[in-house]
Amino acid sequence: MSTKEHKIGEIVAEHHRREGPLLPILHDVQAEFGCVDAESEALIAKGLNLSRAEVHGVVSFYHDFRHERDLRPVVQVCRAEACKARGVEQIIDQATAAAGDRVKVQTVYCLGLCSSGPSARVGDRLYARLDGPALAKIVENA
Amino acid sequence: MPETKTVRISDDALARALGADEIADAFAKKGHEVQRVSSWGMQWLEPLVEIDGKGFGPATVEDVDDILDGNSEIAIGAIAEHPFIARQQRLTFARAGKTRPLSLEDYEATGGWSGLKRARRIGAEQILAEVTQSGLRGRGGAGFPAGIKWQTAAKAPGARKYIVCNADEGDSGTFADRMLMEGDPFALIEGMAIAGEAVGADKGYIYIRSEYPDAIAKMERAIELSAGIVAPFELEVRVGAGAYVCGEETSLLDSLEGKRGEVRAKPPLPAIQGLFGRPTIINNVLTLAAVPHILAEGGAGRYEKLGLARSKGTMPIQLAGNIKYGGLFETAFGVTLGELVNAIGGGTESGRPVKAVQVGGPLGAYIHPDDFGIKFDYEEYTAAEALIGHGGITVFDDTADMGAMARFAMEFCAAESCGKCTPCRIGSVRGVEIIDRIRAGGRAPDHVERMDVMHNAPRHGRSQEQEIGLLTDLCETMKFGSLCALGGFTPFPVMSALKHWPEDFTGKAAAEAEAAE
Repeated sequence: MSTKEHKIGEIVAEHHRREGPLLPILHDVQAEFGCVDAESEALIAKGLNLSRAEVHGVVSFYHDFRHERDLRPVVQVCRAEACKARGVEQIIDQATAAAGDRVKVQTVYCLGLCSSGPSARVGDRLYARLDGPALAKIVENA
Repeated sequence: MPETKTVRISDDALARALGADEIADAFAKKGHEVQRVSSWGMQWLEPLVEIDGKGFGPATVEDVDDILDGNSEIAIGAIAEHPFIARQQRLTFARAGKTRPLSLEDYEATGGWSGLKRARRIGAEQILAEVTQSGLRGRGGAGFPAGIKWQTAAKAPGARKYIVCNADEGDSGTFADRMLMEGDPFALIEGMAIAGEAVGADKGYIYIRSEYPDAIAKMERAIELSAGIVAPFELEVRVGAGAYVCGEETSLLDSLEGKRGEVRAKPPLPAIQGLFGRPTIINNVLTLAAVPHILAEGGAGRYEKLGLARSKGTMPIQLAGNIKYGGLFETAFGVTLGELVNAIGGGTESGRPVKAVQVGGPLGAYIHPDDFGIKFDYEEYTAAEALIGHGGITVFDDTADMGAMARFAMEFCAAESCGKCTPCRIGSVRGVEIIDRIRAGGRAPDHVERMDVMHNAPRHGRSQEQEIGLLTDLCETMKFGSLCALGGFTPFPVMSALKHWPEDFTGKAAAEAEAAE
C-alpha cells in the first residue's frame, strides 16, 4: 500500500461518519498533498462508495480545489467591485511584474475587507489598504 | 514605575490585516494589559486602540509611545460618543467594540443566553409567534419573512430537521457576517439554538466561505466553548471551497451534502425538503443573530416598532469601496442613500465627486447620485429595479468606467455560474461579448455572413444601437429565465449602468474615432 493510499484512507476514515463528508475530505487531501489528483479522486471515490466521476465533478466545480500541484507560493488579490473602486486594477500589473514565474498571483472575489481595499491574502495572513509598492513587496516576500 | 493600563484592540480580520497584532504586542511588551475585543466597525480608524474609553486610530507601532504619553495626534476622543457610533441604532451589533469575542463571561454579562433561556421556557409555538410578530426578514438578500419560513419548517413532518446558517458572504462590499462571526460568535450560536427549539431540530451547520480564515477559527472555538450551554443542540462548521454561487441557499445545501454546488429548482422549499431531503431552516448570519434580541422580554414588540412599512427592525449596513468613513453602520430601515453616502460616509475617500453607488453586492444596481433620495427599504428598492441584498454599499468616484463595470458583472456571472440553467451559463458569456462590441462601436459582417450562399443574412453588420438592443433582450431573458438570483440579477448592474452612463459604453469608440481623424 502506497503512503498516499494509506494517508487518504486515514482521512476518509476520519470523516466518513459525518453527514456529507466529501468537502471536508477534499479540503484535507488538498492540504496534505497540495492538490486532488486523479489517483486521489479514485481513492476517495472508493472509500465513499461513489463513482470517480462524481468525485471529479465536485473537485472541478470548486475554485479552491486544484488538479495539479503548484509549488509556487500563492498571493490572492481581491479584484471584486469594492477593491476595483479603490484602484486594484491600477496596481495589479505591479504585482504580476513582481511575481514573474516564481509566485502565483491569483484573483479572488472578495476577502471581506471592502472599505479598506485593495486587499490580499497569503496563507491565512490578510493585508489591506495596499498600494502598488506594498502589494509588490508582499509578492516578493511570498 | 508607570501605571499599567488596559489597552483594548480589536482582533477583527481587518484590524489584523492592518497590523493590530503587532501593535498589541508592542503594548504588551511595555507591560500593559492588552484585551483583544471585537471591532467597533469604524474601519477607516483601524487599527483602533482604546484606553479608558478613548480612541486612537488609525494606529501604527510608531504611535504606541505617543498614545501612552497622552500626546498622540491620532486621538479621536471618547469612542462611544463618536458621531459615527452615536447616530447608530445597534441591536445585532450591540456588543461590537465592547466585548471579547470568545469570552463567555463577557457574553453573559451583556445579556447573552437570556433569549435562549426564555425561548426554552415559552416553547416552540410562542417562539414562532414572536419571530413572526417582530417582522424579521431574511437578511441574506431575498428578504423573505423569517417567521413564515420557520413555521413552514416547524409544521413539516420529519423526525430529523436541520438549522443551516448561510455564512457564505460572497458579495463584494459586504462584511457584516464576517464581523459578527469574528466579534460576537455566541450571538449566532444562540440564534441557531433558538431556531432549533422553534422547529425541533437538534443539529445545525454553519457554512462559512474559505476566504474567511479568521471567522472559521473563531466560530469553531466558540462552538467548543458553548457546547454545554446549547446542548442537546449540536453545531458544526463547514468550510466552502471558493464558489460564489454557494451563497444561494439551495446550492449551499447541495454543497453541504458534498455535491457540486448547483442550484435546485424550487419547490420543494428547503423548509420542507432541505438538507438531505429533510425540513431545514436556512437563514443568513444576520437573520439568526437578530433572533436573541427578538426573544428577549418584549423584544419582538421593540423590533417591530423600528423601520418602516414592511421592512422592520434594523439593518447592519456596510459602507465600502471608495468612501471616506467606511465601516459598519447599523440603523433602522428608512435611511436614505444620500445620508449614508454623504452625511455618514463623508463622500469618496479620493475626494472626487461620487459617480455611482452599487447597493447589494455584485448583483445590485448602480445608483446615480440623482436618485440618492431612495429610502433603505426592501419594497422601495425593488420598485426602483434595484436591491438591498445583504446591505453592502460600494461607492465609486468619477474615474470609474461604468461600461467596464457592466462588463465585469457579466464576466463575474460567467466565472461563478453553477452552469445548471442556460440563461446564466451562456447568457453571461454572450453578455461580455456584446458589451465588448458595443464599446467597439458595433461590428462588421463576418466571414460567414458575407458568403454568397448566405442569401438571407444581413450584409451590413450590426450597429451600436442594434447591439444595445441585443443586450437589452439578453438581460430580459436572463432576468426572467434564470433559475436563481445569480443569472436573474446580473442584469441589474448591467442595465442600470447602461441607463445612467450610456456614454461609458458608446463614448470610448467615439473618442477613438475622433482621435483617429
